[in-house]
Order: sequence, then C-alpha cells, then structure tokens
Amino acid sequence: MDRIKLSRQLSAIENGESSAEYGEGPIVAITGPPGIGKSCLIDKILYELTPELVVGVLAVDPTSPVSGGALLGDRIRFNVLDDANKAESIYIRSIATRSSGGSIPSIVNDLASHLLANDFDLVIIETVGAGQSEMRCAAVADRIIVVEGPARGDSIQAEKAGLLELADLIVVNKSDLEGSEKVFNELTISLSLSPDPPRIMRTSAIDGTGISDVAKLILTLEQRASSIRAKSRQKLLMAHENKIVSNPNFESILDRISQEGLSIPEALRELND
Amino acid sequence: MGGRQRIVIAKPGLDGHDRGAKIVARALRDGGHEVIYTGLRRTPSQIVRTIMDEDARFVGLSSLSGAHSHLFPKICELLREAGLDDVVVFGGGIIPEEDRQELFDAGVKAIFGPGTTSSEILEFVEEASSRDCGVGSDDDWHWGV
Repeated sequence: MDRIKLSRQLSAIENGESSAEYGEGPIVAITGPPGIGKSCLIDKILYELTPELVVGVLAVDPTSPVSGGALLGDRIRFNVLDDANKAESIYIRSIATRSSGGSIPSIVNDLASHLLANDFDLVIIETVGAGQSEMRCAAVADRIIVVEGPARGDSIQAEKAGLLELADLIVVNKSDLEGSEKVFNELTISLSLSPDPPRIMRTSAIDGTGISDVAKLILTLEQRASSIRAKSRQKLLMAHENKIVSNPNFESILDRISQEGLSIPEALRELND
Repeated sequence: MGGRQRIVIAKPGLDGHDRGAKIVARALRDGGHEVIYTGLRRTPSQIVRTIMDEDARFVGLSSLSGAHSHLFPKICELLREAGLDDVVVFGGGIIPEEDRQELFDAGVKAIFGPGTTSSEILEFVEEASSRDCGVGSDDDWHWGV
C-alpha cells in the first residue's frame, strides 16, 4: 500500500479537487452515543480481521461551528497499530465534519469507495457519537451497526424510534458491566415486535466477549429489508442538504439571515433557484 | 497557501505530561485547523505513520522529559526517509536554550517554551504555510530568527 499516495488522494477528494474511484465492497458504519466504546470495539475487531484482510477506518469527529477547526482524537484508542504486522494492513484516517454541520459528511461515502477501489476488503466508518440524530450515517454506509451499552436510561429508551430502526446489527457493548444483560433483554423484547428484527449481540472490549462473532458477521452482514426505505430517505435528505450547502451564495445568505433579517422561506427560495 | 492545515500533535517517548500538548491542540483547533492528537508514549515510527495516513502538513512534538535531542531529530530523519519532505516540524515543552540550535539544524522549524501565547503558534503556522520549509527543504529559516 502506497500510503502517501493514498492519503493525498483522499485529501484531494475531501477538498473537492479530484473525484473518487468507485470500488465495490462492504462499507459498514459503526455508530452510537459518545463513550459507549465504538473506537475500542473497532480496535478489537481489527485485531480479529488483520493481517488477513486489508481494512480502512474512517473516523469522523465534529468540526467546530465557531472556528472551523477540529480536534480529531479517535486514533488514540487504536492499540492494534502497535502490532507492526497488523498495522501494515490497516489504514486509519480522521475526518472532520467540516460544512456538514456536525453530522457525517457525504464525501465519506466517496472516500470509502475510493479505498475499496484500491484493494481494501472492508471499510469501517466510525461516526460522531451523537445518539439519536446520527441517522445520517445511513446515507454513507450500506450496513449499520449500532452500539449500545448499560446505564443508558430506562427501558423506554429502547422503545424510542430512530437509529435502532435503521440498524442491521445491534451490539450491546461493555457486557462486563452490571446492567448490560438488562439492556440486552429490553432491546430484544422491543425489537421483536418489528417484522424483521436485527440481530443483537453482547460484547466486551475488556474481556473479549462476542468480539470474534461480530468480526465474523461484519463481512456478511445483510441489509434488513425494512431499513432499506429508511436508508434511501436519508440519502435523499443528504443529497438535498448538499445541494443547498454547496450553493456559492450559502454563506452570504446565512449572513443576510443573521444580520439583515432575511426570512428562512425566502432564503430557501433563493438557494433552490 | 494559508488557511486550514492538518496538524498532528504528538507525544514521543516516555513522557506522561500532556497538558501542554492538549492546550496547543485546542489552540490550533480554535485557530481553524484540523488537529490529530496521537496520545501518549508514541514511538517516532508510529508518529511518522500517523502523519502519513492523515496527510498532515505539520507535526508538533511535545517533550518535557529531556529526550528531545534524541527524539526530535529521529522523527525528522524518518520523515525524510519516508519521502514526507514537505512536512513542517515544530516542537515544544521544556527545551533548554542550548539544545535548540541542534534541533533547528536537524530540521525543526520552531521551538515553543513555557509562556508562549497561542497566537504566536498560530502565526508560526501561517508563516510556515506560506514558505517551502518542510523537513526535507534546504530553507534554513526557523521561527524567531
């Protein structure tokens, strides 16, 4: 793998200076609330899959809406990189959300496709831990793993609509902690009412429970039939948002809204012209 | 070329003091840059791999343990070996005045000690962005001359 060439290509794609090559293969998003253990879980999955497979990880962290800068800290958790033999077949890239307003940027899908076109076997997207608003990851990945854990509120959380309905697999992480079995049971009962419930698995990045099962499943994970329409919806919404954000007048219209009292419906009309 | 840069902030060697590195990372973030923090106790080759994968144009090395004279030149050397000649290296922490020239000679472009303001570091990034002063260049300019 020519890492310098690859990482410069990814920058050019991210900056809109060149277009991505398109490769086929699994693109899996791993999402869930902050601190639930997404990075640690991915780290353990990488231990299982490499060096046999070449895996790319795109780790998304938020851009500050104030300064436009970002602090990208997901790499800290990837201990697998200390193993030189495995590190050779892993490429980890930190991505800032930039103009996508804190949600996952659509360009991530192009970056993932580009990696697949360059002999990667699997691309994992780690999303911003933003909980129920993080539905947007459905627009950039074809498979979604939602990570949950113990002590995440009462049982009504499992009944709420949102991300769980898009999940192709739910992982209850931190199974070594008290309360994880209760969460597992509540999710199982809640989701059993849907026509094609996703699989639910328990894992622990500390004692290794369930990690090899998730790693095996990640390559063959099927898309749930009932989630396909919901994913298409996210793709459509993202495309529409991109159209608005990429309008050259976007920033000046924002200024006019905040300073000159331009109304939102008028602004939308201008942006859609 | 000014504007947003991708910057790796790294803690090489066996030094557990990261308050300074985190403050610099935060200041660069607030200055509009994308900062990748490596975490503690990284080896020079791990740091170079991170710079490579992240396509960073700058790397800031923080050391408070006294090993800077060994670690900083080693990282500069590995960057050149890897072909990352355009990466700009800067350092900070507890670096005695008498050690600094040697580091500049090795390719480090700025050393920031205690008392440095965050605006000075941002000015350095802007100035260095406009020059061809990567670790593999012949430019012997460094900050503070």
